[in-house]
Amino acid sequence: MLTTNEIRNLSNFATNIRMETMKSIASVGTGHTGGSLSIADILSLLYGKVMKVDPNNPFWEERDWLILSKGHSGPALYAALGLKGYFPTEELLTLNKPGTNYPSHPDWTKTKGVDMSTGSLGQGASTALGIALGHKMNKKDNYIYLILGDGEIQEGQVWEAALFANQFELDNVIAFVDWNKLQLDGYTKKINNLGNIEKKFEAFGWHSQTVNGHDFQEMENAIVAAKKEKGKPSLIVLSTIKGKGYSKLENTISNHSTAVSQEILKEIVSELESQLL
Amino acid sequence: MNLRVNYYKDREGEIMNIIISKSNEIEKTPMRDVYCQTMIDLAKQNRDIVVMDADLMAAVGMSKFQKELPDQTVNCGIQEANMYGVASGLSRMGKIPFAHTFAVFATRRSCDQIFLSGAFSKMNVKIIGSDPGITATINGGSHMPFEDIGIMRCIPEMTIIEPTDGVMLKDIIQKVAKEYGMHYIRLVRKVSKTVYEEGSSFEIGKAVQIRDGKDITIISSGYCVAESIKAAKILEGRGIAARVLNMFTIKPIDKDAIIKAADETGAIVTAENHNIINGLGSAVAEVLGENFPIPIERIGIKDKFGEAGPLDYLAKRFELTDHDIAEKCLKAINRKKIVKEIERGIA
Repeated sequence: MLTTNEIRNLSNFATNIRMETMKSIASVGTGHTGGSLSIADILSLLYGKVMKVDPNNPFWEERDWLILSKGHSGPALYAALGLKGYFPTEELLTLNKPGTNYPSHPDWTKTKGVDMSTGSLGQGASTALGIALGHKMNKKDNYIYLILGDGEIQEGQVWEAALFANQFELDNVIAFVDWNKLQLDGYTKKINNLGNIEKKFEAFGWHSQTVNGHDFQEMENAIVAAKKEKGKPSLIVLSTIKGKGYSKLENTISNHSTAVSQEILKEIVSELESQLL
Repeated sequence: MNLRVNYYKDREGEIMNIIISKSNEIEKTPMRDVYCQTMIDLAKQNRDIVVMDADLMAAVGMSKFQKELPDQTVNCGIQEANMYGVASGLSRMGKIPFAHTFAVFATRRSCDQIFLSGAFSKMNVKIIGSDPGITATINGGSHMPFEDIGIMRCIPEMTIIEPTDGVMLKDIIQKVAKEYGMHYIRLVRKVSKTVYEEGSSFEIGKAVQIRDGKDITIISSGYCVAESIKAAKILEGRGIAARVLNMFTIKPIDKDAIIKAADETGAIVTAENHNIINGLGSAVAEVLGENFPIPIERIGIKDKFGEAGPLDYLAKRFELTDHDIAEKCLKAINRKKIVKEIERGIA
C-alpha cells in the first residue's frame, strides 16, 4: 500500500512530468502531446517508487530497465528523467532542436537514462525481451519494464514477442499497454479493433491485469501482483485518457500530435498547476 | 555522450596471409559444418556468444552447437523480425548474437528491425544469411536472395562480407566475433569450391588478389570467385592476362584496390551472385565513377527473379559461368581499346 504522502508525491511528480513535457513540446511548437500525457502517471510511479535506478549512474548494472516502445512519447520520458535528476531540466527545451540529445523518439546513445532506442512500433517489445533474456543468462534479477501503446499492438511483431516471452519464461518482464483507446487516425475500435487486450495476452500465456492507468494504488497493486507470478511474463493494461491533464486535449480525438503555442502553454501550465497537491 | 563505434580502427594491424589453392575443386566439407565447428570453438572461449535461429538450426547444421552449448543457443521459432529485435536486446546486454536464417528472411523480412533495433542503436549483431543467390537452388525464386546485399548496403555502418570458401569462412567468423558492430555475412550453406589453402588469413575490408594481370581486372565475390579464376584461365589461353580480385568485403569496399586495378589494367569486370543493381558491381562502379572512370562491365542477375533448379542450370540461366565472365572481359577490353583510340585521336 502506498501512503497518502507517497500518493501526493507521485501525483505531483506526474503533474510536473506533464508540465515539463508540454513546455518542451511548446518550445518546438508541435509534438506528440496526447500519448505523452497519458503515460505520465505510470512514468511517475516507475521512476518515483518502483524502479531501482541511480540518476548519477545511468548504466548501473543493478538497475531496472525501461523500454518505451511507443517511442513517440519520448518527451514524457525525458521529462521524467530530467525531474529524476539524470540531467538539468533546462535541457528539455532543446527537444528536436538542431544537434539535440532529445529527439522525438528515444535514442539511448544520446540521452542519459534512456535504456534503448525505439521509434518503429513493435520493436521495443523484442529488444526488451532480449535485454530480459540477457539478464536471465547472466543470472541477474533486475526487472525490465516495457511500455507499449494500444495502437502499437496492431503490429505483428508484438505478438511474435508475446509468444517468445512466454516460451522463454521471462518473468522479469512487466509490460504495460497504454490503453488510451485512440491512435493517430482516431478510435482504435474503428480502425483495427484490439478487442480484449488482457484476454489476448492471457491466451499467449501472460499473467494479465487491467487497471486504471491514472490511479497510483491500482497500478502499484498490479505491479506487486505481477512480481509474484513466476515462470511467465506479466502484462498490465492501463486504462488511460489520451491527453490526460489538459482538459481541452482530453476531449479531442485528434490529439496524437498537436501544435502547442506559447499562449496555449500558459493555459496548460495554469490548469496543471491547479492539479498540484 | 554520443557513442561512436570505431570499427575500422580495430581492423588496423590485421595481417593478411594468403595461400591460393592450385585448383578449384568442390570442397569435401560443407560450409555449414565449418560454420558450426567454428562457432562451437568460439562460443566455448567466449561465453557471451549466443547462436540464434528462426527454426533453421538443422538446415544450417547447428544441431551439434545446440547439443554442446544449450545455454548459448536461442531458437526463436519462425519469427525473424522478433529474432533480430531480441538479438539487439541481447547485444545491449553485452552478448554477441550470431542470428541466422535464410538470407531472404534475414534481409527482406527483418530490414526494419536490423536497421532500427540493430544498426541505429549501435548494436553488435552478426546477421548470418544463408543460401545467397542461386545457391538457394531448388528452394526457388521465393528463397533466392538477389537483393540482400542491396538492402544491407543502405544501412549505415553495416559491414557486408561474403566468405568465399571454408578456409575464409572460418577465419572471417573469428574476426567478426572480435569486432564490435553490425555485420551481415552471406553464408553458403552447402559446398563451395576451394580457393584458399588452410592457414590463410584475411583482413576485413581488403580485397585479395588471386591472380595478377595487366589487361583487365575481374572483381568478384562468393560463388563467382572460382568462376572468375576459371575465366582468367580461359582468357590466358587467348593471350589475355586477367587480374582477379576477390572483393569478399562488399562494404566497406576496398577503394584503393579498385583504383589501383583501374589504373594498372584499364578495364574492369565485376562478377557477383546477386542483382547487378546495388550489389558488388554497383559498389565498384561508384568508386570508379567518382575516382577513375574506365570501362566497366557487370556479371550478375540482370534485375530478374530467381527460379527453382540445380546450381549448374541456374548459373547458365542467369549467365554467371566462367564463359560468361570471359565474354564480358573481351567486351570490356574492346571498350578500353575504343577509349584509347579516341584519346589518341584527340591528342
